[in-house]
Amino acid sequence: MTSIGTGYDLSVSTYSPDGRLFQVEYAGKAVEAAGVAIGLRCSDGIVLGVERLLHSKLLVKGANRRIASLDEHIGIASAGLLADGKHLARRGREEASSFRENYNSPVSVQILSDRISAYLQAYTCYGSVRPFGLSSIIGGVDKTGPKLFCIEPSGVYYGYRAVASGKGKALAKTELEKIVNKYLDAEQSGQGAGLTCREAVDEVARIIYLVHDDNKDKDFELEMTWICQESGNKHRPVPDDLLKSAEEKAKAALEEGMEED
Amino acid sequence: MANINSVDISRLKNGEVNLGTSIMAVQFNGGVVIGADSRTTTGAYIANRVTDKLTHIHDRIYCCRSGSAADTQAVADVVHQHAQVYTSVYGAPPTVSTAAALFEKMCYDNKDQLSAGIIVAGWDKEAGGSVYNIPLGGGMFQQPWAIGGSGSTYVYGYCDATYREGWNEQETVEFVKNTLALAMSRDGSSGGCIRMCVITKDKVERHFIPGNELPRFWEGKEIIGSVGGNGQQIGVVA
Amino acid sequence: MMSQHPATWGQPTPANSSFNQFNTFPLPQTQRGQSSHAHHGPVGHTQQPLVTGTSVLGLKYDGGVMIAADNLASYGSLARFRDIQRLHPLGQHTLLGVAGDMSDFQWLKKELDALLREEDALALTDSHPSLSPKNIYELLSNLFYARRSKMNPVWNAVLVGGWDKVKKESFLAYVDLLGTTYTAPTLATGFGAHLAQPLLREAYEAKAGIDGNGPLLTKEEAEKVLEDCMKVLFYRDARSLNKYQIATITSEGVDISDSKSADTYWKFAEGLRGYGAQTQ
Repeated sequence: MTSIGTGYDLSVSTYSPDGRLFQVEYAGKAVEAAGVAIGLRCSDGIVLGVERLLHSKLLVKGANRRIASLDEHIGIASAGLLADGKHLARRGREEASSFRENYNSPVSVQILSDRISAYLQAYTCYGSVRPFGLSSIIGGVDKTGPKLFCIEPSGVYYGYRAVASGKGKALAKTELEKIVNKYLDAEQSGQGAGLTCREAVDEVARIIYLVHDDNKDKDFELEMTWICQESGNKHRPVPDDLLKSAEEKAKAALEEGMEED
Repeated sequence: MANINSVDISRLKNGEVNLGTSIMAVQFNGGVVIGADSRTTTGAYIANRVTDKLTHIHDRIYCCRSGSAADTQAVADVVHQHAQVYTSVYGAPPTVSTAAALFEKMCYDNKDQLSAGIIVAGWDKEAGGSVYNIPLGGGMFQQPWAIGGSGSTYVYGYCDATYREGWNEQETVEFVKNTLALAMSRDGSSGGCIRMCVITKDKVERHFIPGNELPRFWEGKEIIGSVGGNGQQIGVVA
Repeated sequence: MMSQHPATWGQPTPANSSFNQFNTFPLPQTQRGQSSHAHHGPVGHTQQPLVTGTSVLGLKYDGGVMIAADNLASYGSLARFRDIQRLHPLGQHTLLGVAGDMSDFQWLKKELDALLREEDALALTDSHPSLSPKNIYELLSNLFYARRSKMNPVWNAVLVGGWDKVKKESFLAYVDLLGTTYTAPTLATGFGAHLAQPLLREAYEAKAGIDGNGPLLTKEEAEKVLEDCMKVLFYRDARSLNKYQIATITSEGVDISDSKSADTYWKFAEGLRGYGAQTQ
């Protein structure tokens, strides 16, 4: 950020001399401050999870959720400004609903992600607006199978097998790579099916607990949803008992890790 | 002062070209067969005796139109455009269900100004061959077979009695051909030739039955001519 | 004043027609093109139903409510679609039974399904309770009344059956294209209001009494009454079909039966001769 103070970071409608849009990059900073959000594409569905940091002991348990539904079969987990996330989810629901109305068919995850990304991109073109301080993980199961995308504040989006964003996303991604590689190898060598959602719930919980920094961060609540056969192919919270046991295992794994150190 | 913008639309509609029609679409394993007669009338005058009422919507989606020619052409044109845009935006052809939904929306939202009865049929990756009937005021009804237009009312019974599930392409083509021939022979507003179209994953194949080669069924007994002026038939013993 | 009409362009306008040439009332007169609505005729409304469904019956019983409707969509007197469903579930504890125009019914389904989908999506983040049968009924009655007031009615008569999770009791109510609403332990639309409602009431009151304080019909009894009513309607309603479904709504949720037929009785007519004195 050597260019700070040069005046090229005041508006999103002005490039810096080396072709950067500082406001968009600053929006990325808002993302980095947020608790980690993880999306994992499994053989039988999608699991989304976030580390919801609690800024106050007075907060109602389970309030201010960061994973929202866009349609029956699609969920969005966002890292960044909570209010931006709510606005974007609302916009996503409208897009999904209008697609249904026009074409008598549920929107695919790819098309919806594309539309949302176009919406985000528009906020990088005008001096009168600020870009969304969000990195959004969109996951869903459509007629082409489980699909996972992540959209950045610039509007750029990619499809993923697994993705993380927010604070500690680097560590999370390393862990995710291990999982993906493990199951990819198993799949390619024809030994065993890919990762299932049930397994992924444990993995996501473990990674979030691992990434969470007890010393620096406040308390957090683990928030997880999934879309799989067990949830009727609908975007639903991971059942309480499953979430609890995943958290227990995550904590145990953490203890184990510490002993090894 | 007469206002040119307030022409009595109902009088205009009366003079309109109507597809007093026999149209049909039947699903079979792997595709659909659609068919129509070729008569277009204004009142009792046949404005066109070789009309093509099988209208292209997309690569594997066609529709059969009945009602006002102007209305149904306008609607089909709009849906055709939507289907093209859909393909370029989403990178895949629309399903038959989606095309039918586009038709339905136009017909339902504008039910007060349109007279359009449309059968949408075609093949798509998800459903295979499928047929949707969109009657006069909108609404969308999926059916294994659908008939429409003025001629259809004469052949509901024939279709009920004849149709069987599990027919192959050739049997389905025969069924469409016979049904349309029967409808055309009883309905004054239908006639001319039979045009058919087989739509499957691999092809869109046209079939044409000229008006002088239609299947023939019972047409009443032959009338024997008579000689002699007083109307008495020769050979009839009083 | 100069005439603006293409056919009489430039000619002076007759005194009686010079007033408000551009139909811009109540706005002051403006130049052509500034008031686009001057170019449009009146909006045509008040359609007529084309593809229609006939009666829907509703009956409260011990532990829930049942709704019955046949599978026919008529086109005038033509029995055009004989395999459509006129019972539509909305969420876990509500069901609509719809008579009247089937294109309006399909529109209504689409609207309500979209609303419920949105409610469901929102419930994930704010965990608010799902719409109760009463909520849906209020929404429908407001919608139907608003539309008829715009001279563009939703051409249906609807029975809303449901289970109220809070009060732990069944719900049954009627709303139609005029915005008319009422509720009763037995309800019927269309022909059913004439032919079936008396039978439903008779059966209901035989046990529950006129005040409804007695015991309610059992599930089996309720089903039997509805089946009898559907049979009577098949005998006497020329737009009915002997192929119908019964939906049962209880605290457990909504169950919609497979389509079924009533056993009908005609044999008594075999010996009938002529229309009066004829004996052979």
